[in-house]
Amino acid sequence: MTTLEAGREPLIHARALTKRFGDFTAVDRVDFDVAPGEAFGFLGPNGAGKSSTMRMVGAQSPVTGGELRILGMDPGVDGARIRARLGVVPQEDNLDVEMTVRDNLLVYGRYFDLPRDVIRRRSEELLDFAHLADRADERVDPLSGGMKRRLTIARALINEPEILLLDEPTTGLDPQARHALWDRLYRLKQQGVTLVLTTHYMDEAEQLCDRLVVMDGGRIVAEGSPRALIAAHATREVVEIRPEGVAIVEGWHAATASSVDGLAERIEELPDRLLVYTDHGDKVATALGAQGTDLDRVLVRRSTLEDVFLRLTGRTLID
Amino acid sequence: MIVLSALGSRRAGRVIERNYRFYRRQWLMFASGLLEPVFYLGTVSLGISQLVGDVEGPGGEPLSYVAFVTPALLAVSAMNGAIFDATFAFFFKLNFQKTYDAMLATPVDPADIALGEIAWAQLRSGIYGLGFMVVMVAVGAVLSPWALLAWPASILIGFAFGAVGIALTSFMRTWQDLEYVSLALQPMFLCSTTFFPLSTFPRPLQLLVECTPLYHGVALIRGLTTGVVGLETLGHAGYLLVLGVGGLAVASVRLQRLMVR
Amino acid sequence: MTAPARRAFGYWAVRYQAVWRAGLVAGVVGPTIFLAVMGLGLGTLVDDQASSTSSLAGVSYLDFIAPGLLAATTLMTATGDATWPVMTAMKWAKTYQAQLASPLGVDAVLGGHLLFMAARLAATSAIFLAVMALFGAVNTPLALLAVPAAVLTGMAFAPAIAAFSALQDRDLGLILWYRFGATPLFLFSGAFFPLSQLPIGLEVLAWVLPLAHGVALCRGLSLGTLALVPALVHVVYLALWGVAGVAAARASFTRRLVR
Repeated sequence: MTTLEAGREPLIHARALTKRFGDFTAVDRVDFDVAPGEAFGFLGPNGAGKSSTMRMVGAQSPVTGGELRILGMDPGVDGARIRARLGVVPQEDNLDVEMTVRDNLLVYGRYFDLPRDVIRRRSEELLDFAHLADRADERVDPLSGGMKRRLTIARALINEPEILLLDEPTTGLDPQARHALWDRLYRLKQQGVTLVLTTHYMDEAEQLCDRLVVMDGGRIVAEGSPRALIAAHATREVVEIRPEGVAIVEGWHAATASSVDGLAERIEELPDRLLVYTDHGDKVATALGAQGTDLDRVLVRRSTLEDVFLRLTGRTLID
Repeated sequence: MIVLSALGSRRAGRVIERNYRFYRRQWLMFASGLLEPVFYLGTVSLGISQLVGDVEGPGGEPLSYVAFVTPALLAVSAMNGAIFDATFAFFFKLNFQKTYDAMLATPVDPADIALGEIAWAQLRSGIYGLGFMVVMVAVGAVLSPWALLAWPASILIGFAFGAVGIALTSFMRTWQDLEYVSLALQPMFLCSTTFFPLSTFPRPLQLLVECTPLYHGVALIRGLTTGVVGLETLGHAGYLLVLGVGGLAVASVRLQRLMVR
Repeated sequence: MTAPARRAFGYWAVRYQAVWRAGLVAGVVGPTIFLAVMGLGLGTLVDDQASSTSSLAGVSYLDFIAPGLLAATTLMTATGDATWPVMTAMKWAKTYQAQLASPLGVDAVLGGHLLFMAARLAATSAIFLAVMALFGAVNTPLALLAVPAAVLTGMAFAPAIAAFSALQDRDLGLILWYRFGATPLFLFSGAFFPLSQLPIGLEVLAWVLPLAHGVALCRGLSLGTLALVPALVHVVYLALWGVAGVAAARASFTRRLVR
């Protein structure tokens, strides 16, 4: 089930991991392993159980059932020791907004019992890394969302963690900030930090992750590298066809589907368009054009993890 | 710190340190909290003391009105030192800024937070108490060497209010709930026998007043500064101690439940 | 009340329906408890003293502080209404900006909010006057004029406080006003003891500030001891402060809202 190199101990090991809140099962017997130095992702829509899983891995939420070992330790017994070696970037920033950038780093470093001079030295490096050096003595409150996120990530690195946990790291950021963040995370990975992240953005999963698991309703529905998942669960290309006019008339899906019959491996009906899965999108487009379909309504694109998710669950990642 | 470690908390000091760093930049806000009782003292000594003559002290002896009110205001300032951080600031950090979520991602655990925040409240009460003691000496309200114990007494008051504040606030869900705190503080302050003795109240109300923590803080410190010390002094201190320990126990259990889900 | 200001006023009035209970507590219940406890409790000590009865001109302590509280509470109510609500409307909720997107201008936006504050002052003062009557502190029908007097007192402060709050980016200024401004003013307004007992320097300062005038005005009206000329002096003085405050508020609102 896992594709780790033989002989390497997983940094995180989960078997039949379960989390229940009263009657509600948020995480339902999931299995996964994370190898040292890899970037591992949990992809799924909101409510899939990703955050609950992350909180258990972060030794912040008690495990309801199954087995979980982080850095070889049991979080129920050695929670504090585990947390001392992790870095956590939460979904919502929880910075001390009335304090300065530098003070936030200092105070957080002290939670790890790090000596103050060590924190000061590391703060200088982290402020450079986060491009916040010129704002170091300003209050956090007036900073932009992107800056606050960079500070949150810098803060999570103050104890030089072996594993960095990121919950929806770029949600709410503008495209420029997102790409800048991905760049920094990639550099961290090159330095040997193991990254574990959750996301509902398939471009983020594709960009950052070596391997990922797709979660839905508390269960894992697929796993592997982004490319392997697409190869296994989707075709190489997708042709999106939109109807004339504003709304889809009765029977349009069926009619359009039959017009490309034989060229498509699979067809998905969405409320606002038709998806034709094929390895040869241009052939489909040509066929449609020959029948008089307005090619402005036709889009040929590469398959993404969104298509994988749609195939596996029948739903889109963003509801 | 030794006491805190003995209680099983290793990182309560870090929680205190965070508050210290916070207030280092906001020192004006910190210092100004000490001033409210000083203004009341000014009103009393410049204005009201001439309207009131001597008042019956704790031992039945006549006291100047200033000597009567000032030790009570010391208790009030100790309460002020603890109450804001144990209620409003605690609520804000817990539910809005999510500061404790951040802490809990590190080796810090809920016991550290409970102990640390209560210890901080005591620290602040102690600082306010010390400051007000200087005022008290300047105003001439110190009538006995027992008054030296007024400083540890102010820390005890901080303990009681800090622990009860954290415990109560951990159950609150909205800002409106916190309004009840402000609502309760004003009448408690007015009826705490700061401004007039217990005998002024009709007996049924006296019993009610004797249930409030500020009354015990006031009575404790007034007894110390006037040198009227006896079993009742231990009684007042004991009441505050029990309140503090009870609040600490409730807070520890509650925060554990709330934060580790 | 101009028509546009009335519309802005309507916004605040509708919102208030959700939170009127809290406002009632601060504006009425608080001072009532104060009056009961200090008037009766501290009053017992004061009234026992022969010297004080002459300082208070033969009036019981409760009768003495009740109108003082009426006036001084308007300062606290005005503070409550003109600090955080103004800063929140300006900075976070951007209420004023939203109102400006309509045909309302800055004057109407400001006017509407100030009118609301005045209305609240009128309501809480009227209720408190009734409470005073229940305590037996009201002896003459002239006391009814104490309600507009109280509103005038509160409105001597409200616009100036609003002017200050509109410019704030952080809580700190508001907290400092409350601690170093409103609280000592409240205590040293003549509400709780005659100002003549203060050292001369402090007494002069108290009379320069408007609250002492509001207290004297309300007290004179509710006890029936006020002569016409001093009354007019107090009224004019309070009005002048109010007008200056409105000018300041217009300037600061314009500065923040018109860019």
